[in-house]
Parts: sequence; C-alpha cells; structure tokens
Amino acid sequence: MRRKVLLCLVGIAPFLTAGAIMAQDAPRLRGPDPFTKAVPAPPMQRQVTDDVRVRRNYPDQPPVIPHAIEGYAVDLNANKCMSCHARKFTEQSQAPMISVTHYQDRAGNTLGGLAPRRYVCVSCHVPQTTAKPLVDNIFTDMDAITEPERQPERGRR
Amino acid sequence: MDLTRRTLLKTQAAAAAAAAANVVLPAEAQNIATGEDIQLQWSKAPCRFCGTGCGVMVGVKDGRVVATHGDMQAEVNRGLNCVKGYFLSKIMYGSDRLTQPLMRMKNGQFAKDGEFQPVSWERAFDEMAKHWKRVLKEKGPEAVGMFGSGQWTMWEGYAASKLMRAGFRSNNLDPNARHCMASAAVTFIRTFGMDEPMGCYDDFENADAFVLWGSNMAEMHPILWTRVTDRRLSHPHVRIATLSTYEHRTTDLSDMALIFKPNSDLAIMNYIANYIIQNGAVNREFVEKHCNFRLANTDIGYGLRPDNVLEQRAQHANDAQVSHPASFEDYAKLVSQYTVEKASELSGIPKERLEALARIYADPKTKVMSLWTMGFNQHVRGVWANHMVYNLHLLTGKISEPGNSPFSLTGQPSACGTAREVGTFSHRLPADMQVTNPEHRKHAEEIWKLPQGLLPDKVGYHAVQQDRMLKDGKLNAYWIMVNNNLQTAPNTNNETYPGYRNPANFVVVSDAYPTVTAMAADLILPAAMWVEKEGAYGNAERRTHFWHQLVNAPDDARSDLWQLMEFSKRFTTDEVWPAQILDANPEYKGKNLFDVLFKNGNVDKFPLSEIDPAYENRESKAFGFYVQKGLFEEFASFGRGHGHDYAPFDMYHQVRGMRWPVVNGQETRWRYREGYDPYVEKGSGVQFYGNPDKKANIMGAPYEPPAESPDAEYDLWLVTGRVLEHWHSGSMTMRVPELYKAFPGAVVFMHPDDAAKRNLRRGQEVRIVSRRGEIRSRIETRGRNRVPPGLIFVPFFDASQLINKVTLDATDPISKQTDFKKCAVKIVAASADAGDQQ
Repeated sequence: MRRKVLLCLVGIAPFLTAGAIMAQDAPRLRGPDPFTKAVPAPPMQRQVTDDVRVRRNYPDQPPVIPHAIEGYAVDLNANKCMSCHARKFTEQSQAPMISVTHYQDRAGNTLGGLAPRRYVCVSCHVPQTTAKPLVDNIFTDMDAITEPERQPERGRR
Repeated sequence: MDLTRRTLLKTQAAAAAAAAANVVLPAEAQNIATGEDIQLQWSKAPCRFCGTGCGVMVGVKDGRVVATHGDMQAEVNRGLNCVKGYFLSKIMYGSDRLTQPLMRMKNGQFAKDGEFQPVSWERAFDEMAKHWKRVLKEKGPEAVGMFGSGQWTMWEGYAASKLMRAGFRSNNLDPNARHCMASAAVTFIRTFGMDEPMGCYDDFENADAFVLWGSNMAEMHPILWTRVTDRRLSHPHVRIATLSTYEHRTTDLSDMALIFKPNSDLAIMNYIANYIIQNGAVNREFVEKHCNFRLANTDIGYGLRPDNVLEQRAQHANDAQVSHPASFEDYAKLVSQYTVEKASELSGIPKERLEALARIYADPKTKVMSLWTMGFNQHVRGVWANHMVYNLHLLTGKISEPGNSPFSLTGQPSACGTAREVGTFSHRLPADMQVTNPEHRKHAEEIWKLPQGLLPDKVGYHAVQQDRMLKDGKLNAYWIMVNNNLQTAPNTNNETYPGYRNPANFVVVSDAYPTVTAMAADLILPAAMWVEKEGAYGNAERRTHFWHQLVNAPDDARSDLWQLMEFSKRFTTDEVWPAQILDANPEYKGKNLFDVLFKNGNVDKFPLSEIDPAYENRESKAFGFYVQKGLFEEFASFGRGHGHDYAPFDMYHQVRGMRWPVVNGQETRWRYREGYDPYVEKGSGVQFYGNPDKKANIMGAPYEPPAESPDAEYDLWLVTGRVLEHWHSGSMTMRVPELYKAFPGAVVFMHPDDAAKRNLRRGQEVRIVSRRGEIRSRIETRGRNRVPPGLIFVPFFDASQLINKVTLDATDPISKQTDFKKCAVKIVAASADAGDQQ
C-alpha cells in the first residue's frame, strides 16, 4: 500500500484534472465538485464489536474500544465502563484493567481508585466503526524504524 | 508491515534457545530492540487543536513524528490529552498532503476556468503578484484582502498584519476567529477596556459552582472538562449547572441541566440580575467603587446585507455599538421586567429551576465560574450575552479572584495569541490598539519604523463582509491562510462560493491539505504545519507557549511565515504606497517591501547563531536571521510596560508557557486584583485599569428575538457545532484513521418523536432544507446528543455534508460574528433518485 502512495506522489504528471492531481482521490474530503452540487449522504457505518484488541500506534495512545458502547452511562451516578475495566472486575470480565496512570491525580499522587480527572473514559477512548479510511495515513510506526531488519516495508520517506 | 506469526515464533524460539545456551545473538535476531535504536528525541509543543492549549510531548525518530503523549509538566493538562490530542502524531501524514503549488491553467497560462496543475513557487508568486499589482493599481488597497486564522502562529499573524496594513495599506485582514470569538473579544474591550479573561484555569480548582452557558465542554474542551469533573467528584459540595438548547455529554455529568429555547439565554441572565437586585445580593461596595452603568442601543438588526428587510426595519442597525451612561436605578428598572415568570415563559425552564440557578450567583459564599464559548459568541446578540454574564459577576463582585471567574473559552489554539493579542482583526493593531485611533496608528508606525500617516484609518472588511464583497466584485485579490472558510462560513452557496469563483477575483489558498476551500481557489500554496515550523500560540488563559521545528515539511511545502515574507519581496514601496507619503519621506523611495517591513533593524536583529542548534529552523535559514525571535520581540514591544507584557523570547522555549502580563519574570494569574496583578495600585483592592477611570461597565440590554425562527413551513431549529473526535472542518482529523472511524460522517441528531412524526427511521437519508439551500444527511435518534422536539443538531466537520449551505449569514451587529446556532429548517425524506450521482 505504501509503495503505491509513494509512486503516486512521485508520479504526478502535468495536465491532470483537479481531482487526480491530488496524491489520492478522496472526494469526501474535498467536497462536491462543483461545490454547489447536491450529493448523497454517505451511509451510516456499523460499529466494530469483535472485542479484538487493536495494536496501538505508540505506547501512549489510548487504546480504541473494540465493542459498542451505545447506552453506556457515564454520569454522576454511574460509570458503566468501570463495571468491567475496574481492577476488581477484570477477572470475571477478562477486560483490560484501566491503566495505572488512571490512579493518579493532577499532582501525580496515586489514589485508591480511578482518578476523578479520568472519569470520562470517552474523552480519550473511542469506539470504531467499520468505515474504510478516506485516504491512507503514512504515519510510520516506530518499530519500523527501531527494528528495520524485521520490517521489510520500513518507511521509505 | 506486521511480523507474521511464523517469523515471530521463529525469532522467539531462537531467542529462547540462545538464552538457554548463554549466547548473545546478533541484533537482528533478538526479539526486542535495545540501545540507541529505541531512543526517541522528545520535545514539547502545544496541541494543534482547540484553545485549551494542552502541552504535548512529541517524539521524533529519523525525521518523523512517531509518538506523542500528554506533557506531565504542562500545567494546563498535566499529562492528559483528549483523543484528538493523542492522535496528533498522525495529522501531518495524510497521504494527500499538498507538496507543491497548484494553479488553474489552460494552454500553459493561468486561467480562472482552468484545471489545477503543479507550478513552481517562482511561477506561483509571479502570477499572484501580477494580480495584486493590477488590483492595487486599478482599485486601490480596499480591493485586496486576506483571511487568516486563530491557527496562525503569533509571528505568522504578525507578519501578515504588517504586510497587509503597512505593506498594502489595507485593513481588509480578518481571522476566522471572527466566526469563533469576536463577540467575546469585543465585549472584553467594551466592559474592561482590555481583551482576554481576568482569571485563569486555576479557577477550576477554586470554584464551588460551575455554570456553563451553551457550552458542551465534555466534547469541545475535554481536558478542561477533566478539571471540572475532578473538582466536582473530589469535593462533594461543588455543583455544575449547564444551560444548553439540548442535552449532551456535559449535561450527563451536571447537577442541573437547563434546556432553554434558542436565544432566551438573554432573558435568563436578565432575570438572574433582577433576582440579585431584588434579593439584596448586590455587592454595593464593589459596584460603587468599581463599576459604571450603561444602557445599550436596542433594536439593532442582524448584520445581514443592508437591503434585507430586517435591517431596514431595525431602528439602530447602523449604530448598534452605541451605549449611553446610566444609573444603577436605570439598569435595575430595565432588568425588573425579567421576572421569573417571564424568563420561564421565554426559556421553557421551570421557575424553581431558574431560581436555583439564580441562587448560585446570589449566594455571596458560593464562588462561581461561568464558562462559555460558541453558545454565547455565535449569537445574534453575542455581545449582549457576554455583557450579561459579566453583569452577574460584577453586581456580586465575584470576579478577578480564585474561583470567582467569568471565563470565555476559545476554540482555536491561538485565537487569543494571534487573532487578539497580535491584532489580526480588521479593526485592530497589536496590544488591543485600534486602527481608527490616530495615536495608536502613530505608535505602530514608530515601532515599525514607517513613515507617519502610512497606516490606513478605516476599519477593513470583517469575515462575512469579505465574502459579500468578493461576490459583489469589490474585493478582488484575496489570500486565505490556515482555514477552510468555504466549509465553515455561513450561507456558503449564496454568499461565499460565488465570490471565490467570480471571474473578477484572484483567490489564493495556503493549506496543508486539499480542502473544500482550496479546491475553489485559483492558486493553492502547500503549507508546512504544526511542528514542521517554529511556533507560538496563545491559549484562552493568556498563556503564551512556544515550540521548535521538529521535522521538515514534505517536499515544497512551506510555512505561512515564509510565504508571507517571501511574497513581500515582489513589491517595492513605489508600487504600493502613495506618492505623497514617499515624497515626504524620500528615504523610503524605491525600497523593497521585504526590507522595509522585515529588515528594519528590529525583525532582523537576531543572528542565526541564537537559534537552538538542536533544532532546524527553515524560515530563518532562508532569510538569514532568526525571524521568529525578531518578529516576536518587535511585537512584544507594543505591550511591555502597560499590561500586555511578555517574557523575553528565549524564556518561552524553556517553560510550558506563561500567562501575560509577565512582569519581572512572574506570570499573572488574576488580573485587576491587588496581590495578584502588579498593575493594580497598592491599597485599591481592585482596578479595571483597561478603562481610564479604572472601572468596569455593567451594560443593560433587553431580550430580542433571533433573526429567523421556525414557522409552519420551516419548522425546526438548526444548531450546528462540533463533535469530540473532529476538529472544526475535519481537514486534519478526518485524515487520521482512528478518528475518522470513530465518527465517520455527520448525522442529523433528531428527537425520536420528530422522526416518527415525519415517518423517518434512524439511518434514513434526508434533505435538510432552509431558505438558503439544502444538503443531504442521515437521521440519528440515539447517541451522545439528545435534542428536544423541534430542534436538530448537525456537526459541520464533514466535507460531504456541508451544513453551512443551509445556515443563515446573520451576525451580531456589534461583533460581526455569525450566529451558527439558530436558523429555521425543515427535514424531508430524500427520494432515492434525486441528486444521486456522486
């Protein structure tokens, strides 16, 4: 995939149309052509619910949520997420425990439970749909740089 | 990219065998990398998105950003980022980055109706300069304009201001921040004589109550919301009251959710003022010592085109900004009309709940932090709404001390730093100075070492006016930087797009990605973004923070700063300044504009050797001096010594930002209060020293109706706004796969009863139709936003669902900021055949 993108970037030839001049054609990101044209709405996308963990892009990335959270209460009375991800429930739920960083308050003191500043899980952790990205993202995973020998497709840019 | 399971097992097996045999394997055979391989270069930067100004640590390896995380040392966020901030690593790497200038051409020549073709920077600037010179010659400075941004770095905005005002002698410079917080900025000046909040984020840890006026902080300012929730959940006495036109994630965590009818916030605030007065809760001593009363002109119109019947009918459409001195009694009489019954009737909120809200402000022992953003600012009476909340804090003296804080949030990373402090509005100069004030212009001419009388005295075209003038053919050479106005301006089909494609106009767009706006331009210039350049932003709490260039921009992409300065080289003073000024100041004759503006002894004062050798700095190398430092220090000289003091340039590269005024190396957390603010005289307690009499203005104004309300045909309120996962028009976040997949398209949030009434199901495609235009979208009756019957919410991030084709270009007549929060629409099912061609 990355090779294709690269070729495309290098191979921009003159006399292409407005759309094709861009390295990748993503009409949804560029708006209707012409602007005034009425276009259909994209379909709504299905939630990812397979419960399969997704690799993080880097260690500090909050993991995305591999299940639906429709109707989950995160309010003054309850935090539904914690009914599986709290330390004490992980054995029965087999869900990952909240990160140790989530026990720390603003000053860095470790608390006996979820820090109130971390209460709203969905500020950082988001569910995913099955939507296919509109353009590639050529972000380079650090492993591709740190372990190039076992990463034959190491970033070339 | 992935290790296959087989290789992984093989590697692990080899490692296990080697360990057993006590042998050290060569690096490629080890199953983890060690040593230098895993070293990353970490540097600080502020987040690229909202006005919160979170600190981010950015990890670089081999010239690529490979990781980011919340900066533990950053006071704003102490290690946290929201989901957008955590994905900053990927925003620069969308594979459709613009990497070379693209110009509309036919037969090898520029043609307005041509197709985009790659050109060199030389060619691009040649064509651009040709049009600028032609327009200046034929029509003069009023026919050139620029639309900038609260995402410009401070020196980019500053360079743009110099180029436009001093170079081209035009004040037709406005930031997209006009759409975002002009109402807040204008009201700060009208009330306190100085822009920006008196308090700071430390108020979050000191308040007893938070009142959110039309703000959905949980999604729009998530990290500040962590500080509110932290306070609320850690201290049981703390209360959160949220006023909104629909329920959302913020109301989920609020003690009181008060859902009001659009525009009735004006009546609610006047009622609270009335309650404070009626119940003896006025802090008499504070008010007598520190406040003046004024009454605003009323019936001020809606900032529409002058031939609109609503403008012609309005008594004070042309002097909306005027107010008159008044007494406490006059003010009390005005607000006395706003009884709890009247406020309840206008707003739809039960009386007892309004009373509970009023008690929060009236109780002298409750420290209140009021918070607002677009709910107030994008409001046809946005300036009044801002005034009214200050009125509550001034009447009770709950201001300028820890926890008592009327606090205006901002939506862009440098709305404060670049749009306001630098002064990129069509009416402003640096440090709160105004283009209409001859003393202020003279001061700017002195600092900029320019001939007296050079700077134009007329207020330029504001954002919405620029679009109208482009359409009308009065603004002809136009440069748009770091914003996506064709997606975010109001009523775009009728008022924005026609101007961009008007054959009389040459429109240039500088951006990192091919946005909707870029695609409608004549020339697209590829921009460097975020840590691809050295930068400075100013956040909502007056915090100025810097970052270094950490990676290079791809190919021919260049920073806006380079673009602005390099373009200035195409002009001589003879081409842009009147002969009269040159005759009186012959030493400026025939000079290159670059030399006059940027090699003036100030901007070029600092040599390249002062740049931190650990970091690249492409612009400085291109021009031969430390441009960012020179521009910042010249800009800072506007404010030092009178309440807008910045620390020395180099200091900002060391610290995680500082809140101005910075006096003797100390930042100021609470302005206007003795003991916190060095500008307040000893023994005075409080001084609102922005005004000559050192008093703040309590401004009386009534409730007035919106420009457009639902009726029998257009029977729904339309509210537009953002979602957590996407920032503004989505040009960055829609290119990050995880953010895109989290919220892949705009939807119409609608009440289930409203959907049922129209025979619509969740997910069904519909047309959203207003008197201006229509788009297609899909119905969402569940999810994070719960709207009341009669109102829909549609986010604006999705370039395939351009909701601003539907919105109304009514503005606050004083601040000229658009009301994106209320207009009338109808929803009908989309028939399967109409307009289905992609």
